Parts: sequence; structure tokens; C-alpha cells
Amino acid sequence: MLRYVLRRLLYAVPIILGVALLTFLLFYSTSTPEQMAVRGLSAKNPTQDQIQAWIVQHGYDKSKSEQFKKHVGEMFLFRFGKSDITGESIGARIREGALPSALVAGLIFSGSVFAGIVLALVAAYYRGTYMDRLITLTCVLLMSIVSIVYIIVGQYTLSKVLKLFPVAGFADGLEAWKFVMLPFIVGVVSGLGRSVRLYRTFMLEEMNQDYVRTARAKGVGEKSILFKHVLKNAMIPIITSVVLSIPFIFLGNLLVESFFGIPGLGGMMVDAITNQDFAVVRAMVFLGTLLYIVGAILTDVCYALVDPRVRLE
Amino acid sequence: MFLWTSVIPFLVVGLLWLLIRHALRQPLWAEASSRIKKNRMALVALTIICAYGGVAFVDAVSWKDDKNSPAKSVLDRVFAKMPVEETYSAPMAKTTTGVPHPKPLEGKHLFGTDGNGRDVLYQTLRGCKTALIIGGLTTLISLPLALLLGMLAGYYGKLVDDGIQYLYTVLDSIPNILLLVTLLMVLGNGLDKICLALGITTWVGLCRLVRGETLKHRDREYVRAAKSLGVSDFRILTRHILPNLLPTVIITVTLGLSGLILSEAILSYLSLGVTNETGSWGNMIDAARVELAREPVLWWNLLAASSALFVLVWAFNVFGDAIRDAIDPRLRS
Repeated sequence: MLRYVLRRLLYAVPIILGVALLTFLLFYSTSTPEQMAVRGLSAKNPTQDQIQAWIVQHGYDKSKSEQFKKHVGEMFLFRFGKSDITGESIGARIREGALPSALVAGLIFSGSVFAGIVLALVAAYYRGTYMDRLITLTCVLLMSIVSIVYIIVGQYTLSKVLKLFPVAGFADGLEAWKFVMLPFIVGVVSGLGRSVRLYRTFMLEEMNQDYVRTARAKGVGEKSILFKHVLKNAMIPIITSVVLSIPFIFLGNLLVESFFGIPGLGGMMVDAITNQDFAVVRAMVFLGTLLYIVGAILTDVCYALVDPRVRLE
Repeated sequence: MFLWTSVIPFLVVGLLWLLIRHALRQPLWAEASSRIKKNRMALVALTIICAYGGVAFVDAVSWKDDKNSPAKSVLDRVFAKMPVEETYSAPMAKTTTGVPHPKPLEGKHLFGTDGNGRDVLYQTLRGCKTALIIGGLTTLISLPLALLLGMLAGYYGKLVDDGIQYLYTVLDSIPNILLLVTLLMVLGNGLDKICLALGITTWVGLCRLVRGETLKHRDREYVRAAKSLGVSDFRILTRHILPNLLPTVIITVTLGLSGLILSEAILSYLSLGVTNETGSWGNMIDAARVELAREPVLWWNLLAASSALFVLVWAFNVFGDAIRDAIDPRLRS
């Protein structure tokens, strides 16, 4: 197991280097140092001397290969530098934002996986009946609504009309639950259609397997078949799809966090995009990629833990 | 005056028609189409897609009245008589709303007017073209790239495969939305740039699929037979393997269209969407954030744009499912 994890980690190194090269090309080579300097000094109406000083200070006067080495080194040491716009340390802001982000993302993530599996089980249990048809039709309807509309309408009905939750904001400690509930509900509902439909397909695939027929022939009850046999085997593709949907959680978080004023990484990213803060976006892209790669490795490990047929060697 | 760009929509529709006519002569597609014809939901969805296409077509055919005036589409001309009001007005209302001194309206607006006094129905209809362009142009960018690289990687294997796999693994390990945002920040705003950025982010999944399918077909008997007869690699790829990939590719592309159309609305929220002059549902939905907080609530802009978006995406979802069931009944869920 350890050997496998180590090998996967080593395999990730060239990928991360590739990502570093790609981000370097995108961010450094498409705009000249002068343009970046003007952007960095935007409010001050810079003179030529100021621009030159900014370029030297940020090391843009060196050769491209030296700049690339510095870029990679900083990324690997998690030295993200300072924001182009506000001048704050990006590393400190990421540390501040990580906790609220993890709280909201974790809740939405576990809530939607749980709700998805439960509804998919219901649909699989009543497969072929009106109940099943109703669930699948609703799923397609839910999938066709854009996430922003969920957020806007959810905020309007639940907090403005029904006054159940505060409109937006965040608090530390236990008080946070009030602010987290609304993003949680909106986040879970907006992702429900896609996941229920997918999980239902996985379960129905397992339903047609030989072992289910054998279990039925033995006289095992339908409920026991569903929960003991089918659910366990359907978990394998579900786990894969869950980790594959991590980038979508990131996307959901961008919107949900900035909308409900949660001081997390997603909200920070949206602010950086609207302010054209390249330094923050660069840091977030690298961090997001790292999380994604770690997530992929974890999936493979989970895969092996759940399915004894999968060999790691 | 005549604009050469106004020929493009005719070309697109003509090409699509020819392609479908040609495909229906082959047994696989003829059978698939007969299955779709029996599926009532699919027919409804197809009609809806055609209706949206019709509106987009009417909006795309444009010409100039004289040299100096801007080009106006048929849709612009239909709504030319609709007066522009001062500010918001509710559907079918007689006066404007949201201002201290409401003014009587000059015209009748079925869906009301937005903050600039423009007719919401007209704005909503203009969004059809943008949505379909985002779906269509993106596919035109990502599909050839994915087919070419995927087939090369799957067919030749070894170093070519390693190189192409490395390329798309790197792109794929950046979460989609972050890559999209980065590309758009670097490329700048605009409909064509959005399509390019979406194309770069979406070809990866398709390429992986094409590579896998090619890998499966590479060692089949018919390919080996063609090889032993001395058929060139190029001909094997284009004439033998490609037609066998098409069903899977068409299913994936149709199901992917809805996602592409939805992403326009998300990009608008991130202020990376199309400009305000290009009618888009994303911009209308984005404007609704402020409108819902006002008193009285200005809901019609949001409702019109999001239902237009919803219906089109629903139609693509349902039609994509129908195509999947028709072409490959084993995949039926």
C-alpha cells in the first residue's frame, strides 16, 4: 500500500511541473512586464521610473528561464507572495479562508452524497414504477436549472420572504450554523439531479448482476438485497464519481461562497477574478490542482480498500 | 447592402440538413431515427431545439439598410417598432415601476421592460443565438482536436500516446472552472474567446473517450484485415475506425451541449461573460441579483431569462438521452 501511494505521488511530480509550466506560460508570457507593472500600480498613475522599479522589485527583468525556476520554487514551497491589488500576503489569506471553505464544502459534499444515495436507493427499489419515473423526470428538470438561479431564488425565498436564515455573512464558532444552513441547502439541492441520476444507473447496473439473482434464489429479501448486496457493490463507481466531482464542488463553492458572503477560498477567488488579481488566481490554480491530484490518489486508495478485486501492485 | 456573414447561418443549416440526409441512408442511423420517432418526449425536445434554432437563425440573418447604419437582423426589424421605455415596467403594465414618479408606457410589453427600458421578450429571444453559438462553436473547436489527438494516441500507442496522454492529464489536473477562468482572464472577454476557452477545457474528456474507443477498435479483425490488405493508416483511421467512433462521440457531444450552455450563465456572474451588447441570458440573470432585492420585486427579467435557459437545456438533456437510447440500447438507464 505504502509503495503504491509513494509511486502515485512520484508520478504526480511531472504533472505538477507541467501545470507550473502551463500557468507560467499563461500568466507571464501573454502580457509584458510593463503591462503587469501598470496593473500592479494601477491606482497611482505610474511614471516610467516607478514601472522600472516595480519590474526590478518583482524580478521581471531577469531571463525567462530564471523566472520560471523562481515560479516553480515558490509554488512548491507554497510561497505565494503578495496580492497584486491589495498587497496582502496570499498565504495568510488562504490560511484564514481554508476553515470556512472546508466547513461549507464538507457539509455540502457529505449532504449531497448522502441525499443522492438515499434517493437513488428509493428509485432503484421502486424501479420501473411511477415512483421511479417521477424521480428520474425530476432529476432531468433539476439538472436543467443553472446553479446561479438556485442561489438567487434560494436566497430570495428562504431568507427574504420566509426569513428562516440570514441573507448572507459568516460568524466564527457555533454561531456559524445559522449562516451555513442556507448555502448548505442551496448547494445540496443544486447538485441533486445529477448525482441521483448517476447513482441510480450504477445501482440498476448492479441489480442485473448474477449475484443478485443468486441471492433472490436463496430467498434473501428484496430490502436486504438492496442494502447489503447492491449498495456495497454500487459504492465502487459512486466513489469514483464522487471524487471526479470535486472540481464541481470547487465551482459550486466559488458561486455559493461569494454569494452568501462566506470568507472562504471561493469568495476570495471570485474577488480576485473581478479585480483582475493575477497573483491570487495563480496561487488558487496551483492549490486547486494540488488538491485535485491528491483527491485522485485518495480515490485510487479508497477504490482498493472497498474492492478486494483491485490490486495496487 | 449585403453582408457576407449573413450567409453563414444558411450554410450551417444547409450542412446540417445534408449531413442528416446522408446519415439516414445508413442502417444504423436509419434505425436510430425510427426509434427516436417513437419517443414522444424526444420529439417534443427536438421541436423545442428547432424552435430555438429558428429564433437564432432569424436573429443571425442581418443586412445593412445603407452604408453607414449598423447591420440589423430580422429579429431586430420585427422588434424595431417596440418603443424603448425609461426604466423597469412589469409585464403588460401601463406605467413604469421602481421610480418615484411612474410614467405611462409608450408600448405594450408582454414580458415587461428591463432597467434600460428595453423589452424583455426581445432581450430573451436575442439570447437564443448566443446560447447556440456557445454550444456549437465550442463543439466545433473541441471535437476535431479531441478526435485527431484521441485517434492518434489510441492508434499509434507508445511515444505518441504517452505525449498526448501527458498533455491532457496536465490540462485535466487543473480543475475545470479554474482553467476556464485563467484562460478567459488571459484571453479577454468576448463570445469567440469564451468558445475557445470552453473548447480548450472540454476537449480533454472527449479525447480520453476517443482514445479508449480507438484502442478497443485497433485490434479488431476488420482493422487487421484492412492492414493486411495494405490500406494506409490514414485511410484506416478515417474510413474504418472513425465511423465506428461516431455513435459514442455523438452521444457525448449532445449530452455535453447542455453543460456548455449553462456555463455561459456562470461566466456572466464571474464577470467573464459576453459583453452587454450581445444579448445573453447569463447577463440578464446576473442583473436579477440586484433586482430581487428591490421593492417592489422586479422578477420578470430573471423569470424570462432563466426559463428560456431552462427549457433549452432541458430539451438538450432529453434529446441527448433519447439519442443515447436510440443508438446504443445497452446504455439505457
